[in-house]
Amino acid sequence: MSELTSLTIAQAREKLLGKEITAVELTDAYLGAIDQANKSLNAYIKVTPEIAKKQAAASDEKIAKGEAGTLEGIPVGIKDLFGTRDVHTQACSHILDGFKPKYESTVTQNMWDDGAVMLGKLNMDEFAMGSSNETSYYGPVTNPWKIKGDNTSLVPGGSSGGSAAAVAAHLCAGATATDTGGSIRQPAAFTGTVGIKPTYGRCSRWGVVAFASSLDQAGPIARDVRDAAILLKSMASADAKDTTSVDLPVPDYEAAIGQSMKGKKIGIPKEYRIEGMPEDIEALWQQGIEWYKDAGAEIVDISLPHTKYALPAYYIVAPAEASSNLARYDGVKYGLRVTGDDITDMYEKTRSEGFGDEVQRRIMIGTYVLSSGYYDAYYLRAQRVRTLIKQDFENVFNQGVDAIFTPATPCSAFKIGDEEMAADPVRMFLNDIFTVTVNMAGLPGISVPAGLDRNGLPLGLQLIGKPFEEEMLFQASHVIEQAAGKFVPEKWW
Amino acid sequence: MFVDIDTVKRVAKLARLAVDDAKAEKMQGELNAIFGFIDQLNEVDVEGVEPMTSVVQMEMKKRVDEVTDGNKAEDVTANAPASEDNYFMVPKVIE
Repeated sequence: MSELTSLTIAQAREKLLGKEITAVELTDAYLGAIDQANKSLNAYIKVTPEIAKKQAAASDEKIAKGEAGTLEGIPVGIKDLFGTRDVHTQACSHILDGFKPKYESTVTQNMWDDGAVMLGKLNMDEFAMGSSNETSYYGPVTNPWKIKGDNTSLVPGGSSGGSAAAVAAHLCAGATATDTGGSIRQPAAFTGTVGIKPTYGRCSRWGVVAFASSLDQAGPIARDVRDAAILLKSMASADAKDTTSVDLPVPDYEAAIGQSMKGKKIGIPKEYRIEGMPEDIEALWQQGIEWYKDAGAEIVDISLPHTKYALPAYYIVAPAEASSNLARYDGVKYGLRVTGDDITDMYEKTRSEGFGDEVQRRIMIGTYVLSSGYYDAYYLRAQRVRTLIKQDFENVFNQGVDAIFTPATPCSAFKIGDEEMAADPVRMFLNDIFTVTVNMAGLPGISVPAGLDRNGLPLGLQLIGKPFEEEMLFQASHVIEQAAGKFVPEKWW
Repeated sequence: MFVDIDTVKRVAKLARLAVDDAKAEKMQGELNAIFGFIDQLNEVDVEGVEPMTSVVQMEMKKRVDEVTDGNKAEDVTANAPASEDNYFMVPKVIE
């Protein structure tokens, strides 16, 4: 990691505007780092040096003219789920082979408008379905973190595994990611990075490959809380092209950082104290509670009684919406086509060859729960449970709780090709046990690194906020960051 | 809930996924494990609870009904595996 790539976005911004460094230098440093590291980490599935160099040169001109945007000259990586004009966009699926959209997603357009530089597209679980980045057509991503004294390759989490690994290994200053059940927060926790899933509707979904439309939300993965605030400010917008994008002004999230937590109420939900949770996570959570007490916050015990039903309800709602969204991949409009005897045979062969096992499984669940005679028993019941989950949160917030504080994941990073995980899909689902409630209720959630476990692997803690009160999450997570410090993996790649 | 092999094949047909016997059998086991997990939801009393339709209370956005985009046939067909004169090409569907 060179000196340039070790700069946070806030630090790079200062040096760029102070003309101590140029955007071209900074971009070249990152391109060099990617070139050197990507064989080992597989975080990028497409590097775009020509675009990056052009954008960086343009940024330097803008800075010289005093017209710098809020992300001017900052090199970022983009999850492969975001549509990027004329650039590889495949949701890391075989079925989108060769797809280069003729449009740009609103989130990435916002970032280019603010001066960001695109380094390339980042690896992810296929169609964002997975918690380990192992379902990618382009192979798994290796976590830059390793167990102390053990050379085994670990997963970076998923689905935004490429984003998290690239940020942790300093292969970009920050990255875009998406979160349907925990896909920003779980990989952030596994890599010692900060990830925020904003409130549903805060970032436009326009131009982002759809997984489960009522749950999908874009957000950043960054090295620290301030960088996450800077990135979200640029990514978020009210967008006429997405009817679920909310017409609210985007606040200055950075301004919330450093505000006092005195008198703020932090809720500790008893349902998140699950059996079999590693002691280290339990202890770290308790440590976090002490940090909040020291910061003058009031700690209150709360109950979210329907927590345990969030994950099973999610595995109805998300596959149902996915089976519908993924019906469009049929070998006609884009991507892969496998020829068959007739058109139906072509559809079936294309989809069977083009989708990986996990995606096919979820399409099957979704098709089944939406099929005639089962809709009420599954989908409608799950949507009712979802109402109850949301009411749990509303009740707590109505009691004056400002933010809810929980672990981000029930474990630290596990090894690539973990046999127990591979043998039982439900075990893999349990990775999202602490994050998925937030998607079901549409709330904002942030994962912030809080310490290392006994193996030397990072652990994250999560804060959950009221709708559109991301500022409270930045304010509150900064307390953890101040107390815990930052965590950078030792370079081995 | 327990799905049998015929159900797996019927659902695969609905989902337009080619599934042979071996794959259907593998899927059956996996799906039943997942449905076993999902079945916990039957414990929840949902009597009188409204199903969620939107997580954020908001009125559906409306806009003036006018043409705001278009004339992009080339762009629309640019990524098609087979196209001709801005038409998608598919195997013959009418006898």
